Amino acid sequence: MKQVANKDAVLRIGPDEKWINEADVSQQTNESDGYALEEALRVKEAKGEGEVVVCTLGPQSAKTVIKDALARGADRAIHVVVDNSNKISPYQIAKAIADAIRDENADLVFAGLQSDDASYGQTGVVLAELLGIPHATIVIEVDRSSLGETLRVKRELESGWYQWFTYKLPSLLTIQSGISQIRYASLKGIMAAKKKEIKDVTPSIEAFAGGQTIEKVYMPLKTKQTQMLGNGDAKAGAVELVEKLKTEVRVI
Amino acid sequence: MILVFVEHKNCVLNKTSLEAITAAQSIGRDLGLKVTAVIPCDKDCALAQEIAGYDLEKVIIAKNEKLGTYTPDGYADAWEQAIKALNPQYVVMSHTYQVRDFAPKVAARIGREVVGDCIRYTAVGGRLVLTRRIFLGKLDADVTIGGDAPYFVTFQSGAFRGDNAVKGTAAVETMDVNVGEIRMIPEDPFQEAKASVDLTKSEIIVAVGRGIKSQENIALAQQLADVLGADLAASRPICDSDWLPIDRQIGSSGQTVAPKVYIALGISGAIQHIVGMKNAGTIIAVNKDSEAPIFDIADYGIVGDLFEAVPVMVEEIKKAKG
Repeated sequence: MKQVANKDAVLRIGPDEKWINEADVSQQTNESDGYALEEALRVKEAKGEGEVVVCTLGPQSAKTVIKDALARGADRAIHVVVDNSNKISPYQIAKAIADAIRDENADLVFAGLQSDDASYGQTGVVLAELLGIPHATIVIEVDRSSLGETLRVKRELESGWYQWFTYKLPSLLTIQSGISQIRYASLKGIMAAKKKEIKDVTPSIEAFAGGQTIEKVYMPLKTKQTQMLGNGDAKAGAVELVEKLKTEVRVI
Repeated sequence: MILVFVEHKNCVLNKTSLEAITAAQSIGRDLGLKVTAVIPCDKDCALAQEIAGYDLEKVIIAKNEKLGTYTPDGYADAWEQAIKALNPQYVVMSHTYQVRDFAPKVAARIGREVVGDCIRYTAVGGRLVLTRRIFLGKLDADVTIGGDAPYFVTFQSGAFRGDNAVKGTAAVETMDVNVGEIRMIPEDPFQEAKASVDLTKSEIIVAVGRGIKSQENIALAQQLADVLGADLAASRPICDSDWLPIDRQIGSSGQTVAPKVYIALGISGAIQHIVGMKNAGTIIAVNKDSEAPIFDIADYGIVGDLFEAVPVMVEEIKKAKG
């Protein structure tokens, strides 16, 4: 699970122009990672036994994400502590996570589909390759009743198409947002979380020659000249817009 | 050499692959590299002749009996061998759901990673600088790739135009590839619910996003749609919450539309939504957040509360229509 800038946060570009200024944005759990946790908890509940271990890579501030996950029902956590996690490439991220969780020998690994900040969209897939287990991406339903030596999952394809696959365990699933309703942390859960184990791991991030480097971030170049209407007054904007619909767009 | 991936289902082309061919041809011209298309298939793929009608050096069918239906394991094995045999500088693909599933695996296996979902590139000193959209479309990032070839690049749907792919003639070859154990069993793809609404034929669309706040408020958007003779649509979170049925969803996982007018109410404009509607004739956005990416592609924008703007729009349109 990853900590990312809040969805609605106003972003300021950092002084080196290579990332945002993280100091002034509120942070949240990456959306699809929240769904990944929910699905892991539901699989464990359906099975009636087992353990859900949360793994987060990021700076100490990402403990918020971990504590929230423990409060929602995860059993323990591994925190791969990397201060400048936005400076390492997706392969390095996946490698550090693989090294941290390999000995857990998980039956199932759940990951979010992609992060809402860098959006590399490959941590889960690369992690599966490094762990030597099969993967399914963009999973929108898990047939929990099928859980045994294998598991049947529904993948989302494009344009409203879907496909079921059956996977041998262990395997890794990347979960699509909206797969289920995410539970809230109960007061009891929050209290219980305080006693749960969080293991800090400091990885040795190996150099990776083939990595991608962000050279510069900037506001997207506008492809269109936008006429802004109403000057901040929504009602005045609405009046102006209808005039445009009449005279320029000609749909009324 | 540049390898470009041709995606298909039962030898029927996924047309997004033509965009990848356009991209690969463009990179090829800029870097002085030839382009070869690769089609994984279990037979002498009927699609190969169609692809051979483009300006490519070769069309290679990577053939194995296990490649009849897509699986990430099968495709990863096929691509790994194609890359090792052909030694390309670049591997270019469209950023489809299928490519997202297998391309990072192939790259990782040969010690590389994918620069994914790029929207454009520039060639600088014989290398590519790729531009990706990050932070849900709020920022762009220029990205370079280190190390030695091959470099894996995927382009966002719509970044290049498929009809700009240069025609020509290419030789078709078959490369027998080995495919190891497939650790997943696929069933047949299916469509969930037959779309009762075909939004691709709509002239005017009124679409709602998270800014609509509750299911009850959708009635307001419906009023606007009614006075305009428009169809109602939505971004993904609205359909995930079951406030509108999934056949109203616009975007990469829903329908792709190009109406005359698209009115986006409370839609921030995440990439996944924008790819489904950016080709609309006129885009109108109403959003509280002046920095919402939807304004980057809008022709007309109102920064403000949609609950103030929409009732006024409804009244003014009624007046205008007499």
